[in-house]
Amino acid sequence: MELTFYIAAAVAVLATIMVITRYNMIHALLYLVVSFLAVAVVFLTMGAPFMAALEVIVYAGAIVVLIIFVIMMLSLTREDVEQEKAWLQPKLWMGPALLSFVLLAELVYLLVIAEMPAAPAVAGSYVDARAVGLALYGPYVLGVQLSGILLMAGIVGAYHLGRQKKKVIHRFLQEKEPQKERSAAI
Amino acid sequence: MEELLWLIPALPFAGALLLVLLGNRISRALVSAIGVGSVGISAAITLVLGIEYLTSRPSFIRQEVWQWFDVAGFSPSIAFHLDALSMVFIFVITFVGFLIHIYSTEYMAEDKDYARFFACMNLFVGSMLMLVMADNLLLLYLGWEGVGLCSYLLIGFWYKEPANGYAARKAFIITRVGDTAIAIGLFMLFQQFGTLHIQSISTEAVQVWTIGNETAVIIAFLLLGGAVGKSGQLPLQTWLPDAMAGPTPVSALIHAATMVTAGVYLIARMHVVFELAPAAMMAVAVIGAITLLIAGFAALTQYDIKRVLAYSTISQVGYMFLALGVGAWSAGVFHFMIHGFFKALLFLCAGAIILALHHEQDMRKMGGLSKKLPVVFYTFLIGAASLAAFPLVSAGFYSKDQILWLQLAGENGNIWLYLAGLLGAFITSIYTFRMVFLTFYGEEKTHVGHKPTWAITVPLIVLAVLSFAGGFIELPHNFGHVVLFSDFLAPILPAVSIVPDFTQYEWMLQLLAAVISLGGIFIAYLFYYKKPELIDSIHRSEFAMAVHRFWHSGWGFDQLYDALFVRPYVYLSKVNKSDFIDSFYTFLADATQGLHDLFSRSQTGIMRNYVAGIVVGAIMILTISLLL
Amino acid sequence: MTTIPMETGLLLAGVLFMLGLISVMIRRNIIFMLISVEIMLNAAGLAFIVAGSHWAQPDGQIMFIFILTMAAAEVSVGLALILQIHHQLKTLNSDAANFMRG
Repeated sequence: MELTFYIAAAVAVLATIMVITRYNMIHALLYLVVSFLAVAVVFLTMGAPFMAALEVIVYAGAIVVLIIFVIMMLSLTREDVEQEKAWLQPKLWMGPALLSFVLLAELVYLLVIAEMPAAPAVAGSYVDARAVGLALYGPYVLGVQLSGILLMAGIVGAYHLGRQKKKVIHRFLQEKEPQKERSAAI
Repeated sequence: MEELLWLIPALPFAGALLLVLLGNRISRALVSAIGVGSVGISAAITLVLGIEYLTSRPSFIRQEVWQWFDVAGFSPSIAFHLDALSMVFIFVITFVGFLIHIYSTEYMAEDKDYARFFACMNLFVGSMLMLVMADNLLLLYLGWEGVGLCSYLLIGFWYKEPANGYAARKAFIITRVGDTAIAIGLFMLFQQFGTLHIQSISTEAVQVWTIGNETAVIIAFLLLGGAVGKSGQLPLQTWLPDAMAGPTPVSALIHAATMVTAGVYLIARMHVVFELAPAAMMAVAVIGAITLLIAGFAALTQYDIKRVLAYSTISQVGYMFLALGVGAWSAGVFHFMIHGFFKALLFLCAGAIILALHHEQDMRKMGGLSKKLPVVFYTFLIGAASLAAFPLVSAGFYSKDQILWLQLAGENGNIWLYLAGLLGAFITSIYTFRMVFLTFYGEEKTHVGHKPTWAITVPLIVLAVLSFAGGFIELPHNFGHVVLFSDFLAPILPAVSIVPDFTQYEWMLQLLAAVISLGGIFIAYLFYYKKPELIDSIHRSEFAMAVHRFWHSGWGFDQLYDALFVRPYVYLSKVNKSDFIDSFYTFLADATQGLHDLFSRSQTGIMRNYVAGIVVGAIMILTISLLL
Repeated sequence: MTTIPMETGLLLAGVLFMLGLISVMIRRNIIFMLISVEIMLNAAGLAFIVAGSHWAQPDGQIMFIFILTMAAAEVSVGLALILQIHHQLKTLNSDAANFMRG
């Protein structure tokens, strides 16, 4: 089991690195699916099989498919890949990468110095879907309702923003030119 | 009926408020009804209260409306005080004010800011009423400042003409000099007595101070400063001729019923303090004497009919000061009342002429109006006779004669003051009838356009009757001996004690005054009607023309003040254009602006930078928490 | 089952999160930024799962479900915004949408 975890973790990290270095969006998304699947395996090794299933269905399934649909709608071409390549210059990504590494180093340092409390003496850390479901509709029922409202807002928002009427320009983007002038004046 | 007292000032205020709020949204007829009606009802209440006051004769009526505030033992009230002195003033203000309001309905009929005009006029009358009815000096000061504000609003009524705005500012700023003096005087009075209640001060002052007490003298001089500013006396008289920039009814209101007489009222009201300060009394008399001469000479040379009247007002208020200065309180107030009648009459006549001649104010372009405007002519003649103190039949004769006589006969009198007054009377009759001859006689030079209707003629006739008959309520000792007016004022204002030796000469002095007045009229007749070539001979003389120019400019006071105060001040402000005290605050503002520019540059609109910012912040917080 | 130490799991979450963060910072393509945000959210969820597994409690998994819900809503609204931006600006360059710069 331990070995499975390490292999899955390594796959996840590698796949994620591939995601962030791809120029082609579809390639990146495929690696992203790999990454999500690897994380699902990690969940399995952590004793959370239900979460592993959700990870595969929602992340690797729904979300990635959604993104792919959008990419298909945008009908990207080879020039976009070239464009992506031009944008990803080393001098551009060195700084942010360094910053992130500093942050990571600090996180690791915190992990090392922190005195991890010993795990409770429970037989196995396996938490099945039943326990999750009981907790979800027990103490966390309010959170579930809030999640429902959030999803509702997401649907309405996505519908409203996604409409593409010819004449109606969203108010955020109206009067492009005067705004440009004004910002230039400032 | 006494409880109606508060309505007298409240009604004009209410009218002003109503007109301000409704403005031009209501018809002109309604505006007139509110504007004229409020003052008219005030006048009616005054009449009713006056009759009651005369029959029951209480020493005074006091009505407290509410307590204004109460701070550290200082608790002035909004309270009104009615005694003989304020009665006279209220009477003149409401009645003359009412007549002027009626007159204005026609005079201002064409103006598009009709409602604004009546709102200001009502406010003016209300402020003046509050001034004369105030029970304490703080309320008086409120009315005093209200009058100053309204004079500013009304002088600059036609504000689109920059010169009018200048005149309004000039009036406001110059009277402000006097107002500052009176404010300091009020502080000192409060420090001395712990109250500003006029009655308490009057009773306590006699006990606390001896005659000539230094504080009393200082306070009296400070109050005099305020009075001088409002009443247009030397050295603060320069605003008054320029105040002619306002519409003519405003000039009539300022000069006859309100504003300029505020100083007279203040001195008469605080006469207890002035009696304790002989030096200040002397100053009042001297200022009055000098002012009446200077203004008289200046009036001789003016061509603008309103400016003549303005200078004559300064001169006549000078007479009032002369009377007050020798302790002839009731004579001063009597002259105020008579002057209120005939000066309002003269101004309203002048307004009718100006209206008839399409806003022509230059007397050289008038003439021959006696046939065209007969009502105006005869009423103007009565007013002029009163101003020139035409013997026996005019009210002005009796009031002025009383003042002149008391200069000699009063115990504080002085031969020089008498002579100044006499010379002033002579000049007065010259310039008055110069005005009459230039305006009404000779050939017609400008076509008469607007014929006055009843709204103008009725006030003129009423005022003419008052200017004519007003004098008969107070006749000299040797001539009828009617003393209704001074008896009426006797409980408030002490009578002047008369040196007995002079009584036998009284008729001689009256004769002299009569001769002087008639002589002045004759000279005016000679120069301006009979032999105009005499004027030309004067005009040929170099020296005479220089004097003429000097007098025409009001004795060069404007130029003097310009050189003494205005230009050095302007120079200093130019030197210190970028105020060095302000530099600290400008620096603050600039630094804030600079920082703002700096930080606004961080808002690039590029999301990646914001994310980087968040990361840097997270790193900083983590580092700090690790290090600590 | 409990042989995997918690530090290792948290380290994995941290590394994934950092990778997502780098990507958000270096990418101009707004779809890539959205993908990177997904990676980061997933990493955060992983941390919850690790902690929940360590204590053998369901709470960590419940937090992951909430994060999942949130991610779904976020991605749908985000994609709608991307469509709008592409429609209006004819580009996916997030720097082009900088009208609010100071």
